Amino acid sequence: MQFFSRNIIKISIVFIFLFTISLGAYAGGGDKKEGEKFNPGDLIMHHIKDSHEWHLISIGETHVSIPLPIILYTNNGIDVFFSHDLFSAKKGEHKESEHKEHKDGEHKDGKAKKDAHHSFQVLERGKNVYHFSHDKITMADGTPVWDFSITKNVASLLISTLLLIFVFTSIAKSYKKNAGKAPKGLQSFFEPLIVFVRDEIAHKNIAHNADKYVPYLLTVFFFIWFNNMLGLIPGGANATGNIAVTLVLALFTFIITTFSAKSTYWKHIFAPHVPFLLKFILIPIEFIGIFTKPFSLMVRLFANIMAGHVIILSLISLIFIFGAMLPLAGTGVVAVASIAFSTAMMGLEMFVAILQAYVFTMLTSMYIGQAVEEPHHEEGAAHH
Amino acid sequence: MDLIKPEFGLLIWQTIIFLAIFFLLAKYAWKPILGGLKDREISIASALGEAEKARLEMQKLTSDNQKLLDEAKAERERILKSAQKTADELREEAKTKASLEVNKMLEDARRVIESEKQSAIVAIKEQVAMLSIEVAGKILRRELEDKDRQQLLAADIIRELNIN
Repeated sequence: MQFFSRNIIKISIVFIFLFTISLGAYAGGGDKKEGEKFNPGDLIMHHIKDSHEWHLISIGETHVSIPLPIILYTNNGIDVFFSHDLFSAKKGEHKESEHKEHKDGEHKDGKAKKDAHHSFQVLERGKNVYHFSHDKITMADGTPVWDFSITKNVASLLISTLLLIFVFTSIAKSYKKNAGKAPKGLQSFFEPLIVFVRDEIAHKNIAHNADKYVPYLLTVFFFIWFNNMLGLIPGGANATGNIAVTLVLALFTFIITTFSAKSTYWKHIFAPHVPFLLKFILIPIEFIGIFTKPFSLMVRLFANIMAGHVIILSLISLIFIFGAMLPLAGTGVVAVASIAFSTAMMGLEMFVAILQAYVFTMLTSMYIGQAVEEPHHEEGAAHH
Repeated sequence: MDLIKPEFGLLIWQTIIFLAIFFLLAKYAWKPILGGLKDREISIASALGEAEKARLEMQKLTSDNQKLLDEAKAERERILKSAQKTADELREEAKTKASLEVNKMLEDARRVIESEKQSAIVAIKEQVAMLSIEVAGKILRRELEDKDRQQLLAADIIRELNIN
């Protein structure tokens, strides 16, 4: 335990240090170029939102980022290119009559825009002319465009996929290799967690056929945990803090719960054992409950992870906010204090990473457990 | 707000990625891992059961041994007792036999003594009779050495005879 907590503190400090450097470069770069004040709101939003490129660090004018594939489906078919083309495209400017001005957007090229909100990039590829603003791609002619790009979050999810598959297939191999023997290495680290999910989460909550749901619960648990942890790495994506990701996870829980539900579950919702008049209140409530349960799963995970990122980024931003106001010595004091706070937050976030994975899995298991309850006992009503 | 509006592309990708992870992990990770875990748990449980069984077996064996030992002890006791009894009986028998023999011998001896005594008495009687006759003869001879006496005696005998 002591060994573990000491390492967490070390990792936290290193991460926060890297965060500070990358944010410092970002803030500094922005300051010099655009001559405007450091805006922590924009900075934080930039970091927690999805992006079409994987931005690592900006030093002055040099942006270091990993280009990601852009996949667009338009009326003219599928178009695939790299994000580098979008970000380095010439600048355009919105006018009162937007659509007419698009074509001659290039004459504004090179002019620094004061308000970033109105600037956009124009990219011409064959028949398609794309407008790129605030990480959104639209067609210049207003026709629909479906954006299936490998964004930063998708890339991060793919990395987590590779990581998950690598880790757990290698563990599976060691189960085959030393069958019947005590676990070793990675296997002995993950085995208690796997057993915990199987026994404490699945079997405790699902009375019948719990083994059927264990693979899903294990996948959800480790998927969320791994992605939460990847999100904490400086430069990492905020995948589980994105509502689309948690929506899909909650949707799968919803589908599994609904499709494995037994008659007791539906009876409990549509024919509760209550006086007749009370049914008019209870049935709608229970019916809405079918949807609020997965909805709460979606919001809980998204909000927790996103909030964690916001807090850490805010604490680090404090250094640069005060840096603009105070002399160097004062900034130093603020820096030390906010780094100490954000290190503590980082440790907390690592705990939250596994806690939220546990909460999501536990609640999923409870919902499945309620759905597959066998008809003979009537305590179902007492649970609420 | 952008933050709570899910992006369509990301939704699709997340669905594909999550399904891929789920099926890949279920097939190549969870199945062997959970299987391995279960196998190990079963083998541990059966090993524990076997140990318990062996312990019970051992206990039974020990108690069997004890029982055997007890039985053997009882058997020895019994044998010793019966041997003692037999020995006692034999001794008793020998004793009675011996005393019978002795009695018989005594009886025989007594009988022999009696008969010897009888024959001795007869012999003595004969001897005494012979001696008495001899003595009587000698006395008679002396009595009848002179004539007077012979006449006297003859007279006596005649008188006696007459009386009768």
